[in-house]
Amino acid sequence: MDLFNNLIFGFGVAISLQNLIYCLIGVTVGTLIGVLPGIGPLGTIAMLMPITYSVSPVSALIMLAGIYYGAQYGGSTTAILVNLPGETSAVMTCIDGYQMARQGRAGPALAIAALGSFFAGTVGTLLIALAGPPLAEVALKFGSPEYFSLMLMGLVAAAVLAQGDMVKSLAMVVLGLLLGIVGTDVNTGVQRFTFGVTELSDGIGFIVVAVGVFAIGEIINNLGETEERRVFTAKVTNLWPTRDDFKRSIGPILRGTGLGAFFGVLPGTGPAIASFASYMVEKKLAADPSRFGKGAIEGVAAPEAANNADAQCKFIPMLTLGLPASGVMALMLGALQIQGIQPGPEVMTLRPDLFWGLIASMWIGNAMLVVLNLPLIGLWVKLLQVPYRLLFPAIMAFSAIGIYSVNSSAFEIYLTALFGVIGFVCMRLGFPLAPMLLGYVLGPMMEENLRRSMLTAGGDPTVFVRRPLSLTFVIATVLILIVMLAPAVRSRRGEITG
Amino acid sequence: MTLDFLYKKDFWAGVMLIAAGALAMFLARNYTFGTALRMGPGYFPVVLGALLILFGLYILATGLRSSEMLTGSWSLRALIILPLSLVLFGALIESAGFVPAMLVLIFGSATASTEFRFLEVLLFSVFLTALCAAVFVYALGLPYPLFADLF
Repeated sequence: MDLFNNLIFGFGVAISLQNLIYCLIGVTVGTLIGVLPGIGPLGTIAMLMPITYSVSPVSALIMLAGIYYGAQYGGSTTAILVNLPGETSAVMTCIDGYQMARQGRAGPALAIAALGSFFAGTVGTLLIALAGPPLAEVALKFGSPEYFSLMLMGLVAAAVLAQGDMVKSLAMVVLGLLLGIVGTDVNTGVQRFTFGVTELSDGIGFIVVAVGVFAIGEIINNLGETEERRVFTAKVTNLWPTRDDFKRSIGPILRGTGLGAFFGVLPGTGPAIASFASYMVEKKLAADPSRFGKGAIEGVAAPEAANNADAQCKFIPMLTLGLPASGVMALMLGALQIQGIQPGPEVMTLRPDLFWGLIASMWIGNAMLVVLNLPLIGLWVKLLQVPYRLLFPAIMAFSAIGIYSVNSSAFEIYLTALFGVIGFVCMRLGFPLAPMLLGYVLGPMMEENLRRSMLTAGGDPTVFVRRPLSLTFVIATVLILIVMLAPAVRSRRGEITG
Repeated sequence: MTLDFLYKKDFWAGVMLIAAGALAMFLARNYTFGTALRMGPGYFPVVLGALLILFGLYILATGLRSSEMLTGSWSLRALIILPLSLVLFGALIESAGFVPAMLVLIFGSATASTEFRFLEVLLFSVFLTALCAAVFVYALGLPYPLFADLF
C-alpha cells in the first residue's frame, strides 16, 4: 500500500538522530513560548529562522513546525492558569479553563487540554498523510469569490459567537479590517494610513497588535480591578480528570478535532475560528448551555482539540499548494525558499523526504509533547504561581523582547504601548478584542479577494451568489446572522452571556 | 437636559466608533476610490469607515436610552506607567543597551501595582534582567549589546 510505504519512509527520515534532536528542540521551545504570554510562535520562528540556514531543509522544517504546534500545547497552560491567551487560538480556552482553575480544577483542565491536543494532533497528522492530496484538490477549485465569501462567513461567525454585545463584536471586526489596511496597497503601491512613517509601510505587525491588546491592555485592566481574581493561588493537586470529566470530554474532543481539521484545510481561517466554532457547537449541543463560561470541561476540550487539529492541517495547503494559510505558514514557506526549494504541488514528488519526513516527525513531536507537558505541568504551575505583582512586570519584559526581536524596531515598541491603551479603552467600553484581531489578520486577504473577484466578474457583485460554493458560504453567513439576530435568540443569548 | 449621558458606557462606545470611522474616511479621502469593477486603494477603507460610523450611531442611540453606566474601578496609575515603561524601554535599548532598558522596564512597570515593594522589585528586576540576558542574548544570540557604551 502506497500510504503505508510512504509513512514507513517518513518515519525512517524523522527517526534519524539529528532530526529527533531538532524535533525535541522545536517542541520544547514551542511549549516554553506557548506558556510564556507575549511571545508567540510567529516571533519565535522569525527569530530562530537564521539558525536554520545551516541545517538541512528537512531538519529546519521539523524544528520550526515543532515550535508551532508545541506552542498550541503550552498556550493552553497559560490560558487556563492566568487567563491570558498567548495567541488568539487560546482565547476560547480562557473562558472555561480559567473558571475551572478558579474552582480548583486546574489539574483536570490542563490534562484534558493536553490529551485532547494529542488526540487531535495524531488525527491531524494522519489526515495530512491520508486526505491531504484530495482535499487540496477541492481547495484548488476555490476562486477569489469563494475565498471572499468564506472569510466573510468566518468573520461574521466569529463576531456573533464572541461573548458580549453582538453589534460591538461586529464593529470590532470592522475596526480590525481597517487596521489590516495600514501599509502599502499591494495593487497600486499607495501608502495607506501610514502617516508617512516608513515602519508602517509593511503594515502593523501581528505581534504588535496581539501583544498590545491582549498582554499590555489586559494588565492595565487587571491592575485596576479591586477583585483579587488576578492572584493565582489555587493548588494544582489532582491532575487526573475524573471519570465524569472523561465522559464529558470525549464527544467535544472528537467534534473539535473534526472542525479543526475542516477549518485547518481552508486558507485564511486561523486556529481561532476553529476554536470559536467548536466552542459554539458544544454550547449549542449541551443539555445545559448555562454551564459554559462557568467552568465547563467541554469548553476546554473542544477548542483545544480544534486548535491543534487546525495547526496540523494548516500544513496541507502549504505543503501541497504552496499557499500560506496563516502568518506562521508564510514563515515556513520563506524558510523553504531560503533553502532553495520552490514550494508547490511538486514538493511531494520531488522531495518526498520533506513531505513524509515532516508528517512522521509531527506525530513523534506530539508524543514528545504529552510526555513533556503532563509530567512537567507541575513545573509550569510553579512558574505561574509567582504573585501577579511580579508576574506582570515579567510579562512586560518578555513582551518587549519578543516584539523588539522581530524587527529590532523601537517604533514597534511604542506602537505596542499604544495598542495597550487602545485595548484597555475597548475593554472598559465593553468591546470584545478577539474579533478585532481576526478582522485585522483577514483584512488584507479579504480586500485582495474582493478586488480580484470584482475584476474577473466585470464589476458584477452577483458573482458571489452565482457560484455554488461561494453561494453556500453566503447563505451560511446570512443564516448565522438571521438566527443570532432573531429577537428570541437574542434575549436568550443575553441571559446566557450577560 | 442633564449631563447624565456623559457617564453612560455606550455613549462613549458609540463616540469612539464614530471617531474611528470618521478618521478612517478622512485619511482615505485622497486615495482613489475607483469603481466596483476596478476598486481603488480607497474603496475598502471608505466603505469600512462608513460601516464603523453606522455601527457607532446605532450603539450611541441605544446607549443613550440604556441605563448602563461606566462603572468599576480602574487604575490611572497603570494606564500611565505601563505604556510609559514600554516607551522608555524602546528608547533605552537603542541608546543605552539591553541591561539598562530591561531594568527600567521591569522596575518601572512594577511600580504600577499598588502592592509595589521596593526591595523585592529591585531584586526581582536584577534577577530577571540577568536571566533574560543569559537566555536571549547569550543562548539565543540576539544581537543586542548589554551596555551600549561598552561597544
